[in-house]
Amino acid sequence: MNSRIFHIATNTFREAVRDRVLYNLIAFAVLMSAAAVLVGQISIQIERLVVINLGLTAVSLFGIVIAIFIGIGLVSKEIDKRTLYTVLSRPVRRWEFIAGKFFGLAGTLVVNTFFMAIGVFAALAYVAHQFVSSDVSILVALYFIVLQFVIITALALFFSSFSTPIFSAIFAFWLFVIGSFAQDLRNFAAMTHSFTRWLATGAAYVVPNFSALNVIGQVAHGESVSSQLILLNTAYAVVYSVAVLSAAVLIFERRNLK
Amino acid sequence: MIRSRQVTTIASTVLICSMASAALLIRTVDRARPNATLQEMLYVSSPKLLKRLCLGYDGLLADVYWTRTVQYFGGIHSRGGGTYKLLWPLLNITTKLDPHLIPAYEFGETFLLAKPPQGAGDPQKAIDLVRYGIQNNPGDWHLYYDLAFIYYDQKNYRDAAEAFLRGSQLTDTHPFLKIMAAQMAQHGGDLQTARMMWTATYQTTHDKMIQANAAAHLSAIQVDDDVTALEHLVQEYRDRTGHFPQTFSEMVSAGAIRGIPLDPLRHPYRLESGGRVVVSNPDDLPFLDNGLPSGYIPNPVPKLSPAN
Repeated sequence: MNSRIFHIATNTFREAVRDRVLYNLIAFAVLMSAAAVLVGQISIQIERLVVINLGLTAVSLFGIVIAIFIGIGLVSKEIDKRTLYTVLSRPVRRWEFIAGKFFGLAGTLVVNTFFMAIGVFAALAYVAHQFVSSDVSILVALYFIVLQFVIITALALFFSSFSTPIFSAIFAFWLFVIGSFAQDLRNFAAMTHSFTRWLATGAAYVVPNFSALNVIGQVAHGESVSSQLILLNTAYAVVYSVAVLSAAVLIFERRNLK
Repeated sequence: MIRSRQVTTIASTVLICSMASAALLIRTVDRARPNATLQEMLYVSSPKLLKRLCLGYDGLLADVYWTRTVQYFGGIHSRGGGTYKLLWPLLNITTKLDPHLIPAYEFGETFLLAKPPQGAGDPQKAIDLVRYGIQNNPGDWHLYYDLAFIYYDQKNYRDAAEAFLRGSQLTDTHPFLKIMAAQMAQHGGDLQTARMMWTATYQTTHDKMIQANAAAHLSAIQVDDDVTALEHLVQEYRDRTGHFPQTFSEMVSAGAIRGIPLDPLRHPYRLESGGRVVVSNPDDLPFLDNGLPSGYIPNPVPKLSPAN
């Protein structure tokens, strides 16, 4: 990463921290503590399962909301405040600006996830009193959640590069919803014929596949995740994010900022 | 500055008073509509639709539904029983959302199997639930054990023996299942078989509730055995003396028994007219078939003592 991208990324991270993004950790801590203490009293034999399911779901949802609501403002806010002109008047290329913003927000989300992961493991230790070898899979699920954030961040940035914040939020959120149904979309495509089949198949491959990155249920039951899936999902998230960021750069390079 | 402080004070007071009033009002509203609770309603009854709506977070939703099932069953049970009409839909949704949620099969089967008012009294649904569990978790011997238990409860000893046998053939299983398969095939209806079943249940679980339930059933079997043996002795006493004893002390004095017989909870048995032997504290011994005092109406909510 060149130094210009690094500086933009660092400033994006600082800005997110100044915007009190990490305050969500308090809400998360309260949620996990309450779950750890209460669930055992109102249910039967699922304390461990709830802590893992609730913890990972909360990490995922908190992160996605942060990625969308910060990501959509990354470019448009800079234009509104006119700080973008100051940045671009220096020797900074537009693609470097986009890349810096992306790495800054992705970094924020990784730090956020790191602290929430500590919360999940603390709650698990409180409920289960000991860790078992299969708990390593929780780290894999967390890694996949981070990959989800990377894709969502790229999408939010992409929409932010040409649309208003409100529409960017709507687009990014709906792509997340549709991406969760990617497998169904593919099954639907397999059932159709001719033009509809091509259209549905195309749509199924264009939208991000978030269902492949969700292994929460699997790890909650102590099942392991294959190293092949880890490799493939990593490659998919990287390739897809690069594609979306390239599209964002293409649009932003041609955008008239006057 | 003073004006600002006044506004803050008034606003804070109004906020606290309003929230307290709202809480009190909603309590009054709840009391006015005792049956209009959320648990009597399933807004979405289709597991497939729910699975789609939860955007892949179906594990957490299954946990929520399982908790809701436990609360629903426990709520009706603690009020003395009822129809449990939402029990099966709730269990169905829970297990469709997370087919690997073993406690939902193990406890759900018990909830469905128990006769009203203690449970739904629907053995076929209990069988369907456990079979679905086996289909999705074919390596878990507990589910074969549970299935055999339902068949045993229905006095279907042939299918119970088959379920035990299938469970005993798994790679990671309890050796007890093989013994139970043979025992069930040969002596399905014996009290000895029942004792073995409940002892195995007691020993193979760490759950206090299941252990307490098993202990209560073992006590009931013990009472069944005691009452049969004691009534036999009372009959012998009558054959010898020509009349039924009024109390066990009379039998002790006559040398027919060595002391006042005690039930598993260390309470003395009582004698009723006609030589009937009964327990003195029937509420403490649920699931009794024999030894209940004449005219006794069982408590709809069984009182389970701690397992130990």
